[in-house]
Amino acid sequence: MQIKQFGIFITIFLVSFQLKAQNVDLFAEENNKKVSDIVTSTFKSTRIVNGQSIENVGAGVMDFRISHRFGALSQGGYNLFGLDQATMRIGLDYGVIPRLTVGVGRSTFEKQYDAFLKFKILQQQTGEKNIPVGISYVGSTIFKTIKDASTSYTPYITDRLSFAQQILIASKINDYLSIQLSPTLVHYNLVDSAKIPNDFKSLGISSRFRVSKRVNITSEYYIRFDKLAGYYNPLSIGVDIETGGHVFQLHVSNSKGMTERTFINETTGSWMDGDLCFGFNIVRAFSIRKPKELRGIKW
Amino acid sequence: MKKISIVLSILVLGISIHLNAQKVFATKTGQLFFNATGGIEKIAAVNNQVDSKFVDATGQIIFGVLVKGFKFENQLMEDHFNENYMESTQYPKADFKGYIKNIKEVDFSKDGKYPITIEGNLTIHGVAQKVSTSGSLEVAQGKPTIIGEFSVKIKDYGIKGLYIGEKIANEAKIKVNCKFQN
Repeated sequence: MQIKQFGIFITIFLVSFQLKAQNVDLFAEENNKKVSDIVTSTFKSTRIVNGQSIENVGAGVMDFRISHRFGALSQGGYNLFGLDQATMRIGLDYGVIPRLTVGVGRSTFEKQYDAFLKFKILQQQTGEKNIPVGISYVGSTIFKTIKDASTSYTPYITDRLSFAQQILIASKINDYLSIQLSPTLVHYNLVDSAKIPNDFKSLGISSRFRVSKRVNITSEYYIRFDKLAGYYNPLSIGVDIETGGHVFQLHVSNSKGMTERTFINETTGSWMDGDLCFGFNIVRAFSIRKPKELRGIKW
Repeated sequence: MKKISIVLSILVLGISIHLNAQKVFATKTGQLFFNATGGIEKIAAVNNQVDSKFVDATGQIIFGVLVKGFKFENQLMEDHFNENYMESTQYPKADFKGYIKNIKEVDFSKDGKYPITIEGNLTIHGVAQKVSTSGSLEVAQGKPTIIGEFSVKIKDYGIKGLYIGEKIANEAKIKVNCKFQN
């Protein structure tokens, strides 16, 4: 009899235990699910100073970009320390998809037109999938339309073209520091003499350092491996300031050009001689196309 | 006689187990909208990957989102949202843990729209605050949909920024729309 009662007790105990196990506690379910976190804002703008950064324009967004470069400070008071001699570039960049940006621009220097495309090959990620660097490709074509000096040589229209190919390898190390390496190949369809090569290799080294939430210090330096005589390596130091829908980039540089071939290979100023130029970029972003997630929503 | 009673009691227990079996409804594709427009410029975003679960017997309910999953019309705004306001690298997730207070009034076997009240803790930017709101639970062919709307004071969650109170409203309106699978 006692054994029987004990049996019943055990049964009830087990059953009640089972009952307890049925209680689901969602709060206790530790959300250990690891997710890949895409690294954003490696740089604050699609350009570091003159050169392309790994950032793309958002899909459906059009950036209107005005870049201004003044003359060298070393020119003295007569030219108001370079302010009399401004060159500029007006450009429109458009994000086709998150990974692809295309853009066109017009520079006053040599009356250049340029067009580029930038494609993100690898996205930096943390979390489940850890990818420490992001990689992008940039291809740009530059077409100068300034009239040629009359010589005995009859130029082809294609002589006016030059091309730049870049691979951008960037890493946001933390919220405060990002670095980027940009191996670059610039090709000129026409150079001054047969002795000069058509292809010029260089390596860009750039960084962003965060000072506050809205202010970042940037730097950009290109080491040229193939050099055109009489030109210098470009070094630029800038400040990025963000306000609402704008990014202001102020900088000093020994380069006045804004297209790859000009600022990398044809920098006329030298830091040693004080040939520094003040310049700025202003960017305004316009939403052209709504992201598909936001279509058809009534707020 | 005794044997019968034992068998009976076990049977009853068995039935009660069956009755007690809780059902967990879940979704990974819930929608969450927020609107914090303070000025002319629309400051609003949507997240289509809301993770949510609830238990029909207890009314226990959880919501979770990745802050970086919010999509804005303007990319720059999205960057500022993540970097300057939500600090989403440091606080990647926002979640809600609470209870549907009147879950007993919902009959999951019958289609219809039931008003519900939800109470619990909302954690944004690493700060938890008590939130209570009313919404609705609609059952259609056994599948529930929860719709809710509430506002949060941005500064209550330790979110700081230049434009809060100007371009950005002090209170953000939040709308939730989750269609659950069973």
